[in-house]
Amino acid sequence: MDIFGIPIQAMLSQLLLGLVNGSFYAMLSLGLAVIFGLLNVINFAHGALYMMGAFFAWMGMQYFGLNYWVMLIVSPLLVGAIGIAIERTMLRWLYKLDHLYGLLLTFGITLLAEGMFRSFYGVSGQSYPVPDALAGGTNLGFMYLPNYRAWVVLASLVVCFATWFVIEKTKLGAYLRAGTENSKLVEAFGINVPLMVTLTYGFGVALAAFAGVLAAPVIQVSPLMGSNLIIIVFAVVVIGGMGSILGSILTGLGLGVIEGMTRVFYPEASATVVFVIMAIVLVIRPAGLFGKEK
Amino acid sequence: MNQKIGYGIVLVLACIAPLVLYPIFLMKVLCFALFACAFNLLIGYTGLLSFGHAAFFGGAGYATGYALKTWGLPTELGILFGVLVAAAIGLLMGALAIRRQGIYFTMITLALAQMFYFFYLQAPFTGGEDGLQGVPRGSLLGWLNLSNDLTLYYVVLAISIAGYALIVRIVHSPFGQVLRAIKENEPRAISLGYDVNRYKLLAFVLSAALSGLAGATKTMVLGFETLTNVHWTMSGLVVLMTLVGGLGTLIGPIVGAIIIIALENKLGTLGYFLSSVTGIEWFQSLGDSVTIVTGLIFIICVLAFRRGIVGEILARFKRAPAS
Repeated sequence: MDIFGIPIQAMLSQLLLGLVNGSFYAMLSLGLAVIFGLLNVINFAHGALYMMGAFFAWMGMQYFGLNYWVMLIVSPLLVGAIGIAIERTMLRWLYKLDHLYGLLLTFGITLLAEGMFRSFYGVSGQSYPVPDALAGGTNLGFMYLPNYRAWVVLASLVVCFATWFVIEKTKLGAYLRAGTENSKLVEAFGINVPLMVTLTYGFGVALAAFAGVLAAPVIQVSPLMGSNLIIIVFAVVVIGGMGSILGSILTGLGLGVIEGMTRVFYPEASATVVFVIMAIVLVIRPAGLFGKEK
Repeated sequence: MNQKIGYGIVLVLACIAPLVLYPIFLMKVLCFALFACAFNLLIGYTGLLSFGHAAFFGGAGYATGYALKTWGLPTELGILFGVLVAAAIGLLMGALAIRRQGIYFTMITLALAQMFYFFYLQAPFTGGEDGLQGVPRGSLLGWLNLSNDLTLYYVVLAISIAGYALIVRIVHSPFGQVLRAIKENEPRAISLGYDVNRYKLLAFVLSAALSGLAGATKTMVLGFETLTNVHWTMSGLVVLMTLVGGLGTLIGPIVGAIIIIALENKLGTLGYFLSSVTGIEWFQSLGDSVTIVTGLIFIICVLAFRRGIVGEILARFKRAPAS
């Protein structure tokens, strides 16, 4: 069975790969949006922390013999702790200044982190095996489904929707949203806003690290994996707008799929398609698909 | 008056510098200084942080390199072609990016520059990973042979001074004043009746064209062009130069460019020196860790040193008479 002369199996497998990439975009842009909402900082270091998440998983296996499942929990916790340290010691001093300083600071942190991992591990990628429980695949009759990829999509969807649920439907989330609207007023009600800000940053970057661990068996673990991704995620954020959490998730997944489909039909454009879509969205709807015009 | 004396001293120093220092290194510094000044026109005087200036710097470099090597254009026309290409890319990127404000503007410029990066990576005329090699220097207006490094140095110096003079002229013109009004308070500039977006776009294109001039000249000087110049790290580097020197000061970017380029070139030597003094072996690998050092300078500048070197000095001078 062919569609436009392309076998449907090839198409479905690219679709799945697109969904996998899309889930990374979704998790990273979600973290960026949550951080930006409360801290007014665009966290350039998000990509670097995603890379560190993947590296910690690899290091845990290499040096301590810790398996994938342990590192799936430990690595985000470690990166979250690093994030909290970054927020407490550096980012904190920039909130009153222009947004651009937050971006420049996190850009510096990105260079520092990348440079350090590069000086220890070089630029070549380290391979990370798929955990035994998820090795192999399932034959669905119409296509072969690699178990690990299905797990990545499933796990990230669960995490994304859990985040959405916490922010939109719980009391903690209500504080968070109130803090985004007017942090001074929330503080006046006796809520410890600085602590909330710190934990939000920690959570956002832990999400990036979680994505990093999920990504480790799919792509090679390399110091440059983060910065290549973060620029695409920026484009995703511009396309979706940072106003809506569900919007970020949908945009991320959707663009991943579009990218996957482009790889089937016109491979040369697969690296640029997201940026082209961004340009088109800027012309038609400058505020982004889910953004509100201010 | 003081300013004129200052410029005179700098000019004399610039003229005798190649007798002491390696001319190719000096020309590289000049090109980057012009690049940083052009970038500063946007961040320092219009308040727009672009993270995509590599697209103009490197784009013009490729255009000029291709024109000189494959079409065999005369040098001055080749550079002009590079400037025009950079201006055209600037027009396209600027028109899209000014549709959003603040931090989104920055993200859009970064993303669009990355799109151009992939384009250059795949396009047949750039030579991909190998880069564009063997670009001839040619001769200026058909009579001044540029193969001599010293002759070329004075030509590059003239180009840089012309570019710098143009930037100074723009900043002090009525147009520059409007740009500054936009930087200080955009809604007020709008309510005063200025078409803010047209001013922003023109500033963006001017900055792009001047960055292109710097990139085109650099390709002509070094004779090659590689993907490094269109990568986002190059956009970051020019931000760093401007930040170190001082945002929104006229000579700050020049100082920043000198420091950063010198640091990049001499980091290895510095590392060996530190290692011999302190006995810590790790310093020997400092030359390979330019990224770490750049990252650290970024962090320190943003946290403690936001006015930059020239900005700090100016602030001190301003405070002195009052006390």
